[in-house]
Amino acid sequence: MHDEQIEILDFLRRYPPFAELPEETLQQVARSVDVRYFKAGTRIVEFGEAALAWHVVRSGAVEIFRRNGSLYNRLTEGGYFGEFGLLHRKRVRFPATALEDTLLYLIPEPVFTELFENNEHFADAVEIEDRTRLRQVMSRREDANQLMSATVSVLIGRAPVMLGRRATAIDAARRMSEEGVSSLLIVDEPLAGLAPPRMAGVITDRDIRIRLVAEGLGYDTPVSEIMSCDPVAVEHNQLVFEAMLQMLRHNVHHLPVLKHQRPIGVIALSDLLRYESRNSLFVVSSIFRQRSVDELAALTGDVRACFSRMVTEDASSRMIGSAMAVIGRSFKQRLLELAEETLGPPPLLYCFLALGSMARQEQLIVTDQDNALILDNRFEPARHDDYFQALAHFVCDGLARCGYSTCTGEVMATNLKWRQPLQQWQRYFSEWIEQPTPQSLLDSAIFFDLDGVWGETKWVDELQALISRKARGNTRFLACMARNALLRTPPLGFFKDFVVESDGRHSGAINLKRRGTAPLSDLIRVHALAIGSSSRNSFERLRDIIDAEILPRGRGQDLHDALEFVSTVRIRNQAADLAAGIDPDNSIEPESLSDFERKSLRDAFLILSNSQKYLKYRYQPGRSV
Amino acid sequence: MLHLGSFQQLQQKTASSALASAETPDWPARFRKLAASARDGRLKAFYSAGAVSADTPLSAVPLMALDIETTGLDPTHDGIVSIGLVPLRLDRIRASASRLWIVKPRVPLLEASVSLHGITHSQLESAPDLIDILDDFLVAIAGHVLVVHCRAIERQFLNGALRPRIGETIEFPVIDTMELEARLHRRKPPGLIARLFGGKPLLSIRLAASRRRYGLPRYRLHHALTDALASAELLQAQVAHRFSPETALGELWK
Repeated sequence: MHDEQIEILDFLRRYPPFAELPEETLQQVARSVDVRYFKAGTRIVEFGEAALAWHVVRSGAVEIFRRNGSLYNRLTEGGYFGEFGLLHRKRVRFPATALEDTLLYLIPEPVFTELFENNEHFADAVEIEDRTRLRQVMSRREDANQLMSATVSVLIGRAPVMLGRRATAIDAARRMSEEGVSSLLIVDEPLAGLAPPRMAGVITDRDIRIRLVAEGLGYDTPVSEIMSCDPVAVEHNQLVFEAMLQMLRHNVHHLPVLKHQRPIGVIALSDLLRYESRNSLFVVSSIFRQRSVDELAALTGDVRACFSRMVTEDASSRMIGSAMAVIGRSFKQRLLELAEETLGPPPLLYCFLALGSMARQEQLIVTDQDNALILDNRFEPARHDDYFQALAHFVCDGLARCGYSTCTGEVMATNLKWRQPLQQWQRYFSEWIEQPTPQSLLDSAIFFDLDGVWGETKWVDELQALISRKARGNTRFLACMARNALLRTPPLGFFKDFVVESDGRHSGAINLKRRGTAPLSDLIRVHALAIGSSSRNSFERLRDIIDAEILPRGRGQDLHDALEFVSTVRIRNQAADLAAGIDPDNSIEPESLSDFERKSLRDAFLILSNSQKYLKYRYQPGRSV
Repeated sequence: MLHLGSFQQLQQKTASSALASAETPDWPARFRKLAASARDGRLKAFYSAGAVSADTPLSAVPLMALDIETTGLDPTHDGIVSIGLVPLRLDRIRASASRLWIVKPRVPLLEASVSLHGITHSQLESAPDLIDILDDFLVAIAGHVLVVHCRAIERQFLNGALRPRIGETIEFPVIDTMELEARLHRRKPPGLIARLFGGKPLLSIRLAASRRRYGLPRYRLHHALTDALASAELLQAQVAHRFSPETALGELWK
């Protein structure tokens, strides 16, 4: 031991790339180190020169630049650079300069290469591509979350109990008794017994009671007459929590599970309860039990507790976003029921809209209410608007009391401009898309994330279809949207206890929504509009975008990982605020981030930044898409 | 390097001698002379390898940082327990090519020094005598200008060890990083007024304090290799801040 450079050895041991190395390997590495000193302001390596060593910052600070001279990263003690060059053509890719007086440890190329090739932990830690490193981080997290990200197929306990559609009600009742089930799948008769039959409908205990016995029909009535046709179903590879949302949305307790359009099982609400965070379900059901706005407002604490618990249970940002959106949606629905009880039945059909993050199912705990009303085309302001204005105020004031602060941009149903008949909404969207200006789209971007909450939700589907049709491939519109999506940029990374901006300035905190998740979902929205996707959730949009193959290979997955990671940090930060008894916000101070979070956030910012460049290139005015 | 109580005096001596008489020999000539006069074959070979001339720019000088750990403070009685060498040039410290010898002193090892340099009795039991590694050591430093922090100590201990073993002493050119610091912080002895009115306290020119002034990290000193590396880094910092790669060697060495 005494012949070691013990200072070098002990230093390396403290940092992640080396921490997992076997002692003997670490000693060999320490023995191979050479040392260089650079006065502040001096160049360390130049672009294109031979890359002979991997550099570890022993003390001081170093700035790494892109070839075009823009700042790429800023490193302090324990930081490292030069791996890009060593692993690609042995030439320096990123020039580096000493920002402070700096002492560097140099690990020669052969030693670095051997470590990289033979030691998985080391290679993971210094992975050449930041995006690859983030992918590894996310996939490890996904593995750890197996339970929460389980697909529906794991819940199927037995093959579905099925009956042909020509069977009678008494056949169905006997079969259900024999099998001890409360529902049966009704199928078309199989074609010569080859492929499994297609599902025609579902029949439950309840159907026999309500549709047969109460109606006084005979026991020999064909099941096809009392079954529910085209029941809501899930695909076998959908996530468990998606099945839960389906049940909540459609108020059903059984879901047939399909694979290639053939039923392979049925899952019941009780199956889901075992798996999913029951908390959000309980919050939702208690929302619907409350009798007044006061009682609803009293649930705010439960909502926050539910959020915190999901965070503790390591739910993904997507699950939390969906659960919070379902809760928000339920508040709106219950408030609308209460409004109609108070104001009497509506004079016209209407649809209450959720916009923005709630429509995207990416709602967190700190959120504005963004909503609007679509009214029947027979709407006459003088005759009908008193009612709808009162309805809008009832709901928006109620939401404000339940913790959904009023929208500063006045995007609410209380604003007459956003309380209009369907044809007016069609005109709005047509105008936004066909005569785009950056300003008009800046104000209206939020309407491109829309979801029907209550009433005539099919109108939303009509509007969505109109948007898809008109936006798809519309160069001018997409260029305007893309331009707006570039207005908010991520920072470069972190340095000591500061956030480093891309021009090198420091700031004390970062708003992870404004600088991270919002520009990510803006960017994803532009691509989604370009391909005419009607998905609303950013992750679903990404899936459509990946399928449409409009991004360079791998970039869709990168964006997915970046969005998930930034959202996760944002969510955890809010949960920590709640736990500390302070009002949660979107701002985060670098000192509260672990080294791991800093590194991964930086990777995510880099992905966002590169994706913004690509967006700018792809949707430049005049370029056909 | 081991330096406790006597350090202050040595420091003062070094600093004042540096100011008073800068009698640096003409090393290449001196080496030629010593090569002729040395009786020990190993020393003869060492001198025959020659010395770099004083007008050589620093960037072209082969340097060798040296540190010696000892059993105690008195060069006439205490012995050497380890010698560390770290070769360097101005642009790079070749820590990967460093050398360390543990040697068995001819005097007993005191507990106090064990706690300082961490070399134990049992390690020394199996260690060679300095005479057995002398050849390796001299071959390693031949042709180099040595870099030390406080040259008086290294030189006195080396000669204290060589005299009983080969009946001769050794001379070689040295850049003393402590003396370079002394030039900056000990230029003028404090005048009467300064002494009367307190003046500024003297800045420490010991290794750790000097390193701190250049933003160099804190090392746990008193290991021959760490100290040699620490002096090598200090020299790089001193040159980067106060000299240049073109500076003639003659301005720095002794």
